[in-house]
Amino acid sequence: MAIWVEEDAKVLVQGITGNQGTFHATKMVEYGTNIVGGVTPRKGGQTVDLGAVQAPVWDTMGEAIEATDADASVIYVPPRFAGAAIIEAADAFASIRGNGVIVCITEGIPTLDMVKAAEHVAKYPDVRLIGPNCPGIITPGETGGAKIGIMPGHIHAKGRIGIVSKSGTLTYEAVAQAMSIDEGQSTCVGIGGDPVNGTGFIDCLAAFENDEQTAAVVMIGEIGGNAEEEAAAWVADNMTKPVVGFVAGMTAPPGKRMGHAGAIISGGKGTAAEKVAAMEAAGIRCANDPSEIGAVLLESLKAARLR
Amino acid sequence: MNIHEYQGKQLFREAGLSVQDGVHCMSVEQALAAYDSLGSNVVAVKSQIHAGGRGKGTLYHPESGDLIMEGGVKIAFSREDVEKYAENILGNILVTKQTGSEGKMVNNLYVEGGCNIAHEYYLAILVDREEKMPLIMASKEGGVDIEEVAENTPEAIFKIYVDPVAGLQQADAEGLAKSLGLTGKAVDSFVENVTGLFELFVSKDCSMVEINPMVRTEEDEIVLLDAKVGFDENALFRHPDIMELRDLSEEEPTEVRAKAADLSYVKLDGNIGCLVNGAGLAMATMDVIKLYGGEPANFLDVGGGANEEQVTTAFGIIMEDPNVKGILVNIFGGIMRCDIIARGVIAATQTLELEDPLVVRLVGTNFEEGRRILSESGLNIHTAETLAEGAKKIVELVGGEA
Repeated sequence: MAIWVEEDAKVLVQGITGNQGTFHATKMVEYGTNIVGGVTPRKGGQTVDLGAVQAPVWDTMGEAIEATDADASVIYVPPRFAGAAIIEAADAFASIRGNGVIVCITEGIPTLDMVKAAEHVAKYPDVRLIGPNCPGIITPGETGGAKIGIMPGHIHAKGRIGIVSKSGTLTYEAVAQAMSIDEGQSTCVGIGGDPVNGTGFIDCLAAFENDEQTAAVVMIGEIGGNAEEEAAAWVADNMTKPVVGFVAGMTAPPGKRMGHAGAIISGGKGTAAEKVAAMEAAGIRCANDPSEIGAVLLESLKAARLR
Repeated sequence: MNIHEYQGKQLFREAGLSVQDGVHCMSVEQALAAYDSLGSNVVAVKSQIHAGGRGKGTLYHPESGDLIMEGGVKIAFSREDVEKYAENILGNILVTKQTGSEGKMVNNLYVEGGCNIAHEYYLAILVDREEKMPLIMASKEGGVDIEEVAENTPEAIFKIYVDPVAGLQQADAEGLAKSLGLTGKAVDSFVENVTGLFELFVSKDCSMVEINPMVRTEEDEIVLLDAKVGFDENALFRHPDIMELRDLSEEEPTEVRAKAADLSYVKLDGNIGCLVNGAGLAMATMDVIKLYGGEPANFLDVGGGANEEQVTTAFGIIMEDPNVKGILVNIFGGIMRCDIIARGVIAATQTLELEDPLVVRLVGTNFEEGRRILSESGLNIHTAETLAEGAKKIVELVGGEA
């Protein structure tokens, strides 16, 4: 088991004929992801060369899911069309299969478009949205696995650590830190750095808690909003597995957007210090430096007699 | 993206909302002409900068630093008052709680007709991240620091969440009016204004509309006496009219140039420049520099797919800051290959004749090749395996004197 996507999940690529779509779909195929095709409006009937896979293209998600029974889709369409792509995917998964996982990589989607898209997806309890503005989700296998997104596949290995993060490259740091103490990953989820997103920390923590393969979790937060504080409260009440953390932005000045649309301290709220305090109070051991995540994780595993 | 109060008021006026007559001025003469044209005995003379707390701010001379006047928003009871206040405001530096100690030069003034205020309220619309919905917040306690109200008496702030597709329902707007204790024709006036503001918020993709204060006049009319309006940068592509309102003089020039090159840059006060890929890692790099006794000079995210040219631009932007005494490059190569970054770093340091110490940490795809290229370059480039090692090295090289 892993969470939400199995190693052999069937994946569609929305925006497969675009530069980004073709490039990343090829990387996913190289990793071993089971890409079953893609969608680009008005390009149905074409085939895209992904190296080892010749991927068929459909005009709509409805046709693509009918033809392939895909489990998941990954979105690489430009920001102005991404909200509509999420809604199309949600409707198609819900009406044809009743469930599905939508992973939106696109950065720069207007916030009100995401409000509408997130509200739409929420109508379907068995359809999950991950992102937007995220590296995606990966469930490593013994060989290959399901890499649905833009993360470098080769740094991962199958194992028992669940990772959830708002940031892309910091997720890779966390993976490398886990690997430095010989721990592979069950599933790594990038929830994204936008103010309005689909899946949140608590969804991931709850899934990891219920996942037999996962023994411990690494949670990476950053300034802005209070998702880390809410997650910490949830961990205190519900989590039996060890959780370790890191929060980026201790030195971020207030009122400035730090790269991610959601990474901003506003009205004195959303500081890294508050988040770390809430997490520590909930029993989440936090590293001060991403280079120490491995050491902190090892301590937590030992304290839980998992090492 | 933020706009000035006078621009926000114009948007409100065009939407048919209740604002006082007012004139945007850039000189004392214009301010006096505005006073004459408004035909109001009492006017407000308001500094226009992109920061809150103007009323309680202080004006200083830009060169001598002498204190010129307390308060960036003044009530003038005569033509002489207008002249005095306009002179004291224009061309001087306004320091408020939100500007930081360096303050902001005031180039724009808004002269606005007065009204008979019976009570001041607070009204704001924003997108609530947790509920993933637009939120309207209102309070009877306007004209004061709303963060203090939220901290001390959160029950004094009334909130309603509004579906952006369905829009604000009449009954909900009336409910909010009742919570604020409004009665009679003030209710209708409030409903009309808050409904119009919400429509504006959605149709123009605002990130924030804040009216502090919104007032009830002695005639029982609601008037929007303030206008703090911000827009979602991601949605500006569909609002060319709003983009024209941008005042680049209110923004840090290097940040504007960085944005044009698709880089995300924020200037800070320290002396160690950072060049990183990914927003989270860029913040973490700043944090770790601080953790090991240094002070970061900037936040800089080159993004996931940066090329050699962007790396050169990024170095140029970092080196423009005269405080920078050393640079830490921290790249986790995923999609971006480390050998390409290494070549970009070498090209940039040669083109820009970098003399300050440089520490480069490369990990991820092709990192061995990247490190080999750097070490064989013959340049004075230090390498590090971990972020901690890189941070310690650069702090040591700049002498640890932050």
